Amino acid sequence: MADASNSDAFVEFERVQKSYDGETLVVKDLNLSLPKGEFLTMLGPSGSGKTTCLMMLAGFETATHGDIRLDGTSINNIPPHKRGIGMVFQNYALFPHMTIAENLSFPLEVRGLGKSDREAKVKRALDMVEMGTFGGRRPAQLSGGQQQRVALARALVFEPELVLMDEPLGALDKQLREKMQFEITHLAHQLGITTVYVTHDQTEALTMSDRVAVFNDGRIQQLAPPDQLYEEPANSFVAQFIGENNTLEGVIKEIREGHALVQLDGGELIACTPVNVSEAGQRTRVSIRPERVEYNKERLQEGAHTLKAEVLEFIYMGDIFRTRLRVAGNKDFIIKTRNAPDQVRLQPGQQIEIGWLPEDCRALDA
Amino acid sequence: MKLRNLTALAATTALCAPMAFAADMADEMTIVSWGGAYSNSQIKAYSEPYAEKTGVTIINDESSAEAVAKLRAMNEAGNVTWDVVDVVAADAMRLCDEGLAMEIDPDEHLAPAPDGTSAEDDFGDLLVSDCFIPQIVYSTTFGYRTDLVGDTPPSKICDVFDLEAYPGKRALEKRPINNMEWALLCDGVAKEDVYDVLETEEGQEQALAKLDTIKDSVIWWSAGADTPQLLADGEVVMGSTYNGRLFSVIEEQDQPVAMLWDAQVFDLDGWIIPAGLSDERKARALDYIYFATDTQRLADQAKYISYGPARASSAPLVGQHAELGIDMAPHMPTDPENSKNTFLYNYEFWADYRDDIDAKFQAWLAK
Amino acid sequence: MSDTTQSGPVLSADGTPLKRSLARALRMQKVRALMLIAPLLIFILLTFILPIADMLFRSVENRIVADTLSETVVTLEEWDAMSGDAPGEAVYESLYYDLFVAAEAKEHTKLGTRLNYEQTGISSLFRSSGRKMDDFGEDHVEAIEDASDGALKDAALWYEIMTGGSSDAGNTELLKAQRSKMAQLTGEGFGGDIGFVPGADISETFPRLARAYTDFALFVAVMDGDVVAEEDPWESVFVAFAQEVQAPGGAEKIAGYTGPGAAELQAAAAALADLEPISFKQTFVDIDEDWEDVGNWRTIQTYSPKYTSGYFLNSIDMQKGVDGAEARPENQQIYITLFKRTMFMSLVITGSCILLGYPVAWILANLPTRTANLLMILVLLPFWTSLLVRTSAWKVMLQQQGVINDVLVWLGLVADDARLVMINNQFGTIVAMTHILLPFMILPMYSVMQTINPTYLRAAKSLGATNWTAFWRVYFPQSVPGIGAGSILVFILSIGYYITPEIVGGTKGVFISNRIAYHISSSLNWGLAAALGTILLAVVLLLYWAYDKIVGIDNVKLG
Repeated sequence: MADASNSDAFVEFERVQKSYDGETLVVKDLNLSLPKGEFLTMLGPSGSGKTTCLMMLAGFETATHGDIRLDGTSINNIPPHKRGIGMVFQNYALFPHMTIAENLSFPLEVRGLGKSDREAKVKRALDMVEMGTFGGRRPAQLSGGQQQRVALARALVFEPELVLMDEPLGALDKQLREKMQFEITHLAHQLGITTVYVTHDQTEALTMSDRVAVFNDGRIQQLAPPDQLYEEPANSFVAQFIGENNTLEGVIKEIREGHALVQLDGGELIACTPVNVSEAGQRTRVSIRPERVEYNKERLQEGAHTLKAEVLEFIYMGDIFRTRLRVAGNKDFIIKTRNAPDQVRLQPGQQIEIGWLPEDCRALDA
Repeated sequence: MKLRNLTALAATTALCAPMAFAADMADEMTIVSWGGAYSNSQIKAYSEPYAEKTGVTIINDESSAEAVAKLRAMNEAGNVTWDVVDVVAADAMRLCDEGLAMEIDPDEHLAPAPDGTSAEDDFGDLLVSDCFIPQIVYSTTFGYRTDLVGDTPPSKICDVFDLEAYPGKRALEKRPINNMEWALLCDGVAKEDVYDVLETEEGQEQALAKLDTIKDSVIWWSAGADTPQLLADGEVVMGSTYNGRLFSVIEEQDQPVAMLWDAQVFDLDGWIIPAGLSDERKARALDYIYFATDTQRLADQAKYISYGPARASSAPLVGQHAELGIDMAPHMPTDPENSKNTFLYNYEFWADYRDDIDAKFQAWLAK
Repeated sequence: MSDTTQSGPVLSADGTPLKRSLARALRMQKVRALMLIAPLLIFILLTFILPIADMLFRSVENRIVADTLSETVVTLEEWDAMSGDAPGEAVYESLYYDLFVAAEAKEHTKLGTRLNYEQTGISSLFRSSGRKMDDFGEDHVEAIEDASDGALKDAALWYEIMTGGSSDAGNTELLKAQRSKMAQLTGEGFGGDIGFVPGADISETFPRLARAYTDFALFVAVMDGDVVAEEDPWESVFVAFAQEVQAPGGAEKIAGYTGPGAAELQAAAAALADLEPISFKQTFVDIDEDWEDVGNWRTIQTYSPKYTSGYFLNSIDMQKGVDGAEARPENQQIYITLFKRTMFMSLVITGSCILLGYPVAWILANLPTRTANLLMILVLLPFWTSLLVRTSAWKVMLQQQGVINDVLVWLGLVADDARLVMINNQFGTIVAMTHILLPFMILPMYSVMQTINPTYLRAAKSLGATNWTAFWRVYFPQSVPGIGAGSILVFILSIGYYITPEIVGGTKGVFISNRIAYHISSSLNWGLAAALGTILLAVVLLLYWAYDKIVGIDNVKLG
């Protein structure tokens, strides 16, 4: 069809815009395509437009402008029940007046499957989520985790090629959530289905996805695999939003050979990797991950820039130590060190020098 | 029983100190009546002058329609809050039978006529129960739309049953009383035989059969205000109601309605005093009754509403309407011109046959 | 120390058994909880439980016959209602003494009214007979009074005769028996000293006389608050004396009598010698020939027991016949028809409320709160106008010269002489009541629908259901509790309605409640009204039970 369309794309958003009130855009010019079998997570703060995108894909919202295609066909005018997309809702949306088996049987019934077919599929789906013995119960008799599994089974029972999940683990406690994260990815890969997953929990996004689309202000800020997203955030929003991050504000002095020299507001000079800055004199926000900061001089590279720092607080967290420093006027500069036998425990009030590799220090937009 | 003992006690005390108690009357009283224009006429003619004279506070209650049931309930609860109650004669008889109203000796408790005739003689036959002091004579009669009855307006009661000459709906009261009598009269039964016939099963069937001929053209009313409204809206061609209601439709509201006085049924309305009042309240109630039923007062009431005073001596004193200024005498049901052919409600008969005939009447209605 | 704890029950810290201290702690809690709800409990008891209990009681209670005619109902037991003959003299004799006292206490008219519900004409029979109790033995009374120069006109002498003088032991048994009889008759308390005890001798010689005088004494002392010795005895006392003296063996009795006033009584007996003995039956028949009517006596006999099924039989168009329950004559059958009609119309009204209310509730539940609140005001608007005004407004709308007909005629849809009849029939009642009761349907539906998460519908659609399937299979079942609650409310309210049917129902649109209201306020047949009400209550409970069985009562939600 359109030139922009990727030939092996299964789901495609092309220049999609959405406005509810005709004045402001909730989704601004969205372009996204994902191949069959991919697990894509839409991550972002609330109000960033990620759920709206999901709902447009499911057919519950219509795009104000643009085209959404499924397997090459525009689905803009196809009603939700004909799209054949499985969906798991935040509150599971299990029908309370039906038993678990009836819930699962529902999509098969409306598709006109015979009774024996239905029973076989329901059983298989329930077994798949290890809920085989619960078919006769009502949703209210199940725990949150069990309901979650049933909701998943129901979304999968009619064998859709695309499954959408809208913050499905939001209501579960931490331990169960981690378990389910694993199970869902496992299932998705096992069955080879394409999954679009919406969450505002970055850990979830990082652990589960093939690729993550970080949403903010109605746009995709960065679309990348989890490691790239963490290691190489494309802008300061992504850097801030994904993982823990230290920022220092300053001005670009010069950019040369893939390196940028940044003069911090306190006057110190540091070397960084320029990401989305282009010329000297531009304001910048420098981002350094806490675990990449080094205070042991011996481990620093030759000629690395160092900064003076004062230890404000030392927090013992078991596997790691977390130390809060004052660096170049920033009182919330965090460093993380592994709890190893040779590791020094910094004392509050101690004056130290810290440094890092220029690759780990990224000059981003201010 | 407590009340009775108390009364007995009070009576004994009263004997010991008659002077102290004689002047002791309650300074507040509740008068129960029907509401609307009728209550107004009573307030104007009786209560206001009485309150002015004695300074007593009068509370007006409009519960007469349920007076019997309410008095019975009050009596069972041992707390009668009414002092004087306006009821129709039939209800007064029932209250008397049930021991809910006190007996009143007219000559002892009521004012004689100005010429000295005793109250008993002045009221005459209208004293239908020992507990009842008649106040007005009213009648249930027909009114018709002058613009909907053609060139020859109805003049006989039997025109009500003549659907050919007077097509259209009629309003009749949703109870057997009066309707059964009219039906028999128009089915060839002589006036004096009506109740003898109605006593028999066949007579009742006959009356219902006659009513059957117009059943489909009848709108049944249960509140006195219904017929005037139906006439004013043109929903019915003719309908029965109380003559005072028709008077106000014709004279006060100026509707194209006229009276059909033929075979009007006289009935009485008057006062009872509930049984079991305390001495002070009883004294007050009796004092009020004495005042409100004297010759002049009864004649005064006719200034406000077209019901005939129950005393023979009041009739000559009936004057003009207080606001319209028209002579009231020609509008009285008792006026010779209007009462050429009348019927008097037979209390004894209906006290006996009411339940029985009502059951049959309702069953007939529901058919 | 430790040994005892091990072998005996577990003790709490202060040494009392743990169970007892637990019970005490719980009891305190219970008492406190009970005190908290006590006002409500008392309120419900007084305003709900007691009136219903009273109604149930009234529907079977029939003490008035046995209380008023206490002796007659006993003598009448012997009478064979199937014989076709009026009862014998003994029954009429009992009736005379019962009726005399009842007439003095003004209770006979109440009984007449009660029995008139069952047999037309008894009301006036009792009323007129009560006035003529003096007709009995007129000559005899006169003869006794005239005897020995009017000595027996003296109240004090009678008092002395009846007490039997100071030496007499006194028959307290008789006094006690008559006390309880009088108490039942009048409903008053007849305790306390009345200053009179019937003499033992005289009550043995002339038992009827002693009974008559004791009744008189009790009445005078308690009801009138007078002194017995100062009051002239009732005629019934004279009649009793005459009857007993003239009875076979009476002459010997009076001759052998030696108590106080013997001379005067003997003189009176002598004066009676010329007169025929009193025939109570004949005198009753002379007063009113209806006293010979077998039907009247049958009614009295049938309704003698203190409790009766008569009201209930009446409520289902039956009556107590000679040999048990039988159907009423067809021209008096009405209640079954009305019950059926009430049920049918209430169901129709409930149904039309569901049909009209469901879409409204659905719209309300799916609109933004602001708009929903505004619309809710419109729904509630009928609540803020008086019931009478609303009903009368329907009259103006629906009558033949009313707004709707006028519009139809103006539009030419209906000919002027064929205006639609939309009021004073079932249609009018259904329209007006549906309008009035609609909010009761919409409110519970709305509050239930509000709790149905819209994601259920989305889920259903995402699973492949069309709009209709999603609604019917997923949304509707979840809204059923609201429909159930609304239906129960509307149905129960409508079977109890009577004002609206009375105004717009005509003859075919009235409900059973209209008859209940009639019997409460007009015919005063409260027993029948109570029986009808009890049946209505039973029907409601039955339907409630059926609903619970079919739909399940936990499926009813008000929100």
